[in-house]
Amino acid sequence: MDIKEVEATARLAKIELNEKDKERIADDLQRMIDYVKQLQQIDTDGVEPTSHVVALQNVLREDVPAESLPRESFLPQAPDASDEGFVIPSVIE
Amino acid sequence: MEFETVIGLEVHCELATRTKIFCSCLNEFGGEPNTHCCPVCLGMPGALPVMNRAAVEMAVKAGLALNCQIAKFSKFDRKNYFYPDLPKSYQTSQYEYPICLKGHVDLDVNGEPRRIGITRIHLEEDAGKLVHGEYGGTMLDLNRGGVPLIEIVTEPDLRSAEEARVFLEKLKADLSYIEVSDCKMEQGSLRCDVNVSVRPVGQKEFGTRCELKNINSFKAVVRAIEYERDRQIDLIEDGEEIKQETRRWDDVKGVSLVMRSKEDAMDYRYFPCPDLVPIVLSDEDIERAKREMPELPDVKKARYVRELALPEYDAGVITGDKSLAAFFDRCVALFPNAKMISNWIMGDVLKKAKEYENGFDDMKLDAGAFTDMLKALDAGKISAGGAKTVLDELLTGTGKSVGQIIEEKKLAQISDTGAILKIVTEVLDANPQSVAELKAGKDKVMAFLMGQVMRASKGKANPQTVNELIRAEIKNR
Repeated sequence: MDIKEVEATARLAKIELNEKDKERIADDLQRMIDYVKQLQQIDTDGVEPTSHVVALQNVLREDVPAESLPRESFLPQAPDASDEGFVIPSVIE
Repeated sequence: MEFETVIGLEVHCELATRTKIFCSCLNEFGGEPNTHCCPVCLGMPGALPVMNRAAVEMAVKAGLALNCQIAKFSKFDRKNYFYPDLPKSYQTSQYEYPICLKGHVDLDVNGEPRRIGITRIHLEEDAGKLVHGEYGGTMLDLNRGGVPLIEIVTEPDLRSAEEARVFLEKLKADLSYIEVSDCKMEQGSLRCDVNVSVRPVGQKEFGTRCELKNINSFKAVVRAIEYERDRQIDLIEDGEEIKQETRRWDDVKGVSLVMRSKEDAMDYRYFPCPDLVPIVLSDEDIERAKREMPELPDVKKARYVRELALPEYDAGVITGDKSLAAFFDRCVALFPNAKMISNWIMGDVLKKAKEYENGFDDMKLDAGAFTDMLKALDAGKISAGGAKTVLDELLTGTGKSVGQIIEEKKLAQISDTGAILKIVTEVLDANPQSVAELKAGKDKVMAFLMGQVMRASKGKANPQTVNELIRAEIKNR
């Protein structure tokens, strides 16, 4: 895990890191990867990939409407909101 | 150098379920902002999604309509990216195991048959809507967040902007037929990203492609592809290289602009969604879905041509619009003269439909009343002109029956031979000169005599009957 990979990961997670943190985190992440890497020693040929840890399938809901939340109940929880919606800084990609 | 354009499409289509994909909030266009929201579609911590059965069924139907293999096993993954319209910072989608695979759509492009491959169809949730320029910033409306989508990905099989347009028209017709989506591009229920590259004719390898986003109409699809093709060809001819990038189409200015280059390409870090369990379909489920499929436009069109002897073109126009085809089917059931029905639809009905915002759908023309009008015309009770008046009256929506309209507007033709014969005799008696001329073979006089009789009957005599009676009467004189 080099500094470049740490920077790319930080960029994807939208977090800022200073130079000192980057080195420490590179070291931390490397140790985590090495630890998890042990799994690669296991021979998984012919083993189907696990898609889900619980053995359930087809948990489906009927297409019937239920009441939604009144917007007055959740809009005020946002850092900024009008009566109608969440207000966020202008984004034009 | 001659160039060939290579196009692949990614079409997003909102499913016409009543509720959202993972919660019971309404899936409805319009509505006050943020009134169709709950902990699940707001992305509240701890809220758990539950898959909508109807969305699965609709995705399967869409797959069948596009000749896909339906996956017996499919599952959900998280596609991670940050954008304010996505409350969870990931979109729940299908990555490795989509619900439908490997299909195709057969097109007729200017008389030439073309088969366009479908790579896959997967289920996912829609994002919220950003409303710019109000409140001094941007307002986020999450009503659309969690609306079920299918994403249809084509193979790079399309070769021109026109082919892409024909493909989308076909897709729209098929998906609206099977009632999985209303496919309204202007309301955003059908959206499309376009991948375009060019290569010298004869070259096997694909050129470097660019992806175009923000295309909001079929016309814009055509313009965007043609612009992008020309831009790439110009670059190549100037000896420059094409960079792989995502570009935003600006339909007002008619140009595309770079959104992000390949280096900035998103890394979505897909991983399995632990909140949703796999969807497993049995052969029986798939067979049942097949049985429930309605007749698709192409099949219907072929049937109209084969069984009802409609011209290919007319059959194409009528089957191209689901509600028009349904109307036609109802009419044929009530009045078996398919050709006459089709002629009136292709003529007066569709001409009038143009005056309505949403075309034929808005006309609210009743098949029963419409065929009553045609029956009256066919039986000679009213003239063609009278039939047009009846149609106008039916469209005013007063709910009057055809019989009432004929009576109130005094449109009934006199087909009663006795009554007409009386007028004919009077007219012939009054015009001995013309009778003599007609007997001498001057057929031109016929028009004059017909005119006299029609005038005397105030235009209500059935012209066919008048003609026959004059000719018969002349012989007796």
